[in-house]
Amino acid sequence: MSGVAIPAPLTPVGAARLLVLRNFLVYRSAWKLFLTGFLEPVLYLFSIGIGVGQLIDSFEFHGEQVPYAAFVAPAMLATSAFNGALLDSTFNVFFKLKYEKLYDQMLATPLSTGDIARGEIIWGLLRGSVYSAAFLVVMLAMGLVESWWAVLALPATVLIAFAFSAVCMALTTWMKSWQDFDKITLAQMPLFLFSATFFPVEAFGDGVLRWVVEATPLYRGVVLCRELTTGVVTWESAVSVVYLAVMGVIGLLVVRRRLDTLLLT
Amino acid sequence: MASTASAPRPAGTLSVWEGMARQYDYWLTVYKRTWRGGVANSFVTPLFYVLAMGVLLGGFIDADPARLEGATSYLAFIVPGLVAAHAMTLAVSESTYPVMGAIKWHKTFFAQLATPLAVRDLVNAFLAFVVFRVASACAVFMLVLAPFGVFETWWGPLLAWVAQVLVGTAFAAITFGYSARLRSEEGFGLVFRLGVLPLTLFSGAFFPISNLGPVLEWVARLTPLWHGVSLSRMFCLDTVDWPLAAVNLAVLVGLTVVGWVWSVRGLDKRLEV
Repeated sequence: MSGVAIPAPLTPVGAARLLVLRNFLVYRSAWKLFLTGFLEPVLYLFSIGIGVGQLIDSFEFHGEQVPYAAFVAPAMLATSAFNGALLDSTFNVFFKLKYEKLYDQMLATPLSTGDIARGEIIWGLLRGSVYSAAFLVVMLAMGLVESWWAVLALPATVLIAFAFSAVCMALTTWMKSWQDFDKITLAQMPLFLFSATFFPVEAFGDGVLRWVVEATPLYRGVVLCRELTTGVVTWESAVSVVYLAVMGVIGLLVVRRRLDTLLLT
Repeated sequence: MASTASAPRPAGTLSVWEGMARQYDYWLTVYKRTWRGGVANSFVTPLFYVLAMGVLLGGFIDADPARLEGATSYLAFIVPGLVAAHAMTLAVSESTYPVMGAIKWHKTFFAQLATPLAVRDLVNAFLAFVVFRVASACAVFMLVLAPFGVFETWWGPLLAWVAQVLVGTAFAAITFGYSARLRSEEGFGLVFRLGVLPLTLFSGAFFPISNLGPVLEWVARLTPLWHGVSLSRMFCLDTVDWPLAAVNLAVLVGLTVVGWVWSVRGLDKRLEV
């Protein structure tokens, strides 16, 4: 190897930085969509939390009475992280993978499939954290935060977004057409509506149904956020954290393997 | 017609009905190929909402007719509003991307204009198709809900259904006009975030607009969806206030007419070659 300078291989951090920078440049032209992205949970909070909340007194959560708006707000925080991660890692990734052939182009550079998986997910997490932070400020301003534990709600939303981004990106690699996204919607709606977002999990009774709900990932996220903002932190919180972290790591490993088979063979 | 100089187009040679009838087979083919994709959106999603908000959340809500605009349960309150909001959502989504597609991506409208069809006929047939989608989705929705005991009379839901279809027509016409003028699809994201979602949440579908406080209540009354929700609910709950119903009806019909004129003008300008 003489004469020709071979560029040093990218470190994972350097690669992720490049991908994030690229996404940032692309998004600069769509700043209106970026800016309004945080509106959705706020509108839900005002409508359901306050409008419908006037018809409801308060709910019991881990033995404490929580006013309805304070009950719904952390759920909106968690579900907005969930929705954002889901959109970013399905529609956007599918478009880039299948139509834009963006990842093929990237692989012609020193980037690896692992870099792509990590970079895309990190970008999604950064975007989502901006929204979550803004929403937490809204909650604080409305007096819906009842404990210093709420500081940890931001990392909690990042964890939720990580778990769903990784798994959904993995699922997207199996998709063949836009029609397949109906299946995503069919999973997203019930998760959003039945994860104890708008009413306590007790509504499902004490049977199997409740166990099923408690075992779904979004429920873990919603309860985790609710525990942190109301300050009723229990051992269940640790269960949720481990659950979501494991889910994310598995998703990430699958994404990498799938991108290898799709793009490198 | 402005463009007759460059490309002579026998515009207006067909009657309104003939102009629509000639596109029947086209839209039938579109329907045959796309109805499956719409099933989740049209039927399953709204039913999830009814179950989650109406049945489960409703179980925690004290059903006081004085607070719920005359409804004896939260489910009975929320159903007419949800269906009206659903009619709006469907109408808007069916007249956003498909319109841009027909102009910009697939250029269907240009192809159709090369026939004796005029811009007016294209708009009519397109809107008729959207209204058909909305009407069938709302009909199924209302039929499924009938056994839940949320309707007070047998004729009310029929009139409510007409009101819901009218909501769909008004929103489809206005959205078509907007889409016909839009250059980039980024604008659709804003329509859903700044239009459809706030309307769904604050037009009295989920809670009585009196909960908003006096000022915002009046703002809600000015939104087109509220008029649809109000009509739909009055008919379903048999609490019809006829003068109010006349106002609601006039607003929706007025919007439809304005939207239609706006659509035809917008598309006419856009398709000038």
